[in-house]
Amino acid sequence: MTPIAHLSRRYRFSASHRLHVDALSPERNREVFGKCNNPHGHGHNYIAQVTFAGPVDAVTGMVLDLGELDGFARRELLDVYDQANLNTLPAFLDEVPSTENVCVELWRLFNAFPHATLRSVHVEETGNNSFDYFGETSPS
Amino acid sequence: MILLTRKAEFSSAHFYWNPAWSEAENQRVFGKCANRQGHGHNYTLEVTVEGNIDPASGFVVDLKLLKEILEREVVSVYDHRHLNHEVPEFSTTIPTTENIAVAIWRRLVGKIPNARLQRVRVYEMPDLFADFYGEGA
Repeated sequence: MTPIAHLSRRYRFSASHRLHVDALSPERNREVFGKCNNPHGHGHNYIAQVTFAGPVDAVTGMVLDLGELDGFARRELLDVYDQANLNTLPAFLDEVPSTENVCVELWRLFNAFPHATLRSVHVEETGNNSFDYFGETSPS
Repeated sequence: MILLTRKAEFSSAHFYWNPAWSEAENQRVFGKCANRQGHGHNYTLEVTVEGNIDPASGFVVDLKLLKEILEREVVSVYDHRHLNHEVPEFSTTIPTTENIAVAIWRRLVGKIPNARLQRVRVYEMPDLFADFYGEGA
């Protein structure tokens, strides 16, 4: 029987964002989002930790090719998200770039990695705030 | 039922090489990890066990005993060693982080009294780690 292992990799990106919802009044936005509603935005050093599961390949000893995953993360995540204003990215034009939503978006993004099964996405916004998403487990 | 995790560290050399492949194929698949002179890491091992809290001691397992088991079964065998050349399980298996997690599971399973081995996590670097839960061990 082939052992099934989980492999996790952490990627770092720095980005700005502003938490604001057009449908709410300016007062309500300030009330809900507090200092995160500052019109000029603010930023974080984010850490995205992705976990993939799969059989340990009997020949290579690997769940996935780390070079392929790093290349995928470079193209799909870092080239787009690092040093960016999250509010200007297509995924967040109509959705508030809360770290919960960033976490779900990164699930969609890494779920397209073709060589292993994505199990979880963990995003750290600061050392004290982190979010986990495991995909939808029941049909919506 | 509660989970308890103990950490340990070991520093080892390794390289990735499949003898069935040509030098070019090894280079293509493993990149700089295929350098047969080896390279090394400070590995961090996290061993998680699951069990019931003993009402008398308040422990799941005796931490001192768990530390001794990790030292005897893993650290004394892996630390300041070349994994490919000096650790038996890697004479035929490539010491990737995934395979190290599986090998440590096999070394520990059944050896921890009063608790079930739940997870072995091996960090090769702070940003890269493998978890093994015993599936297919």
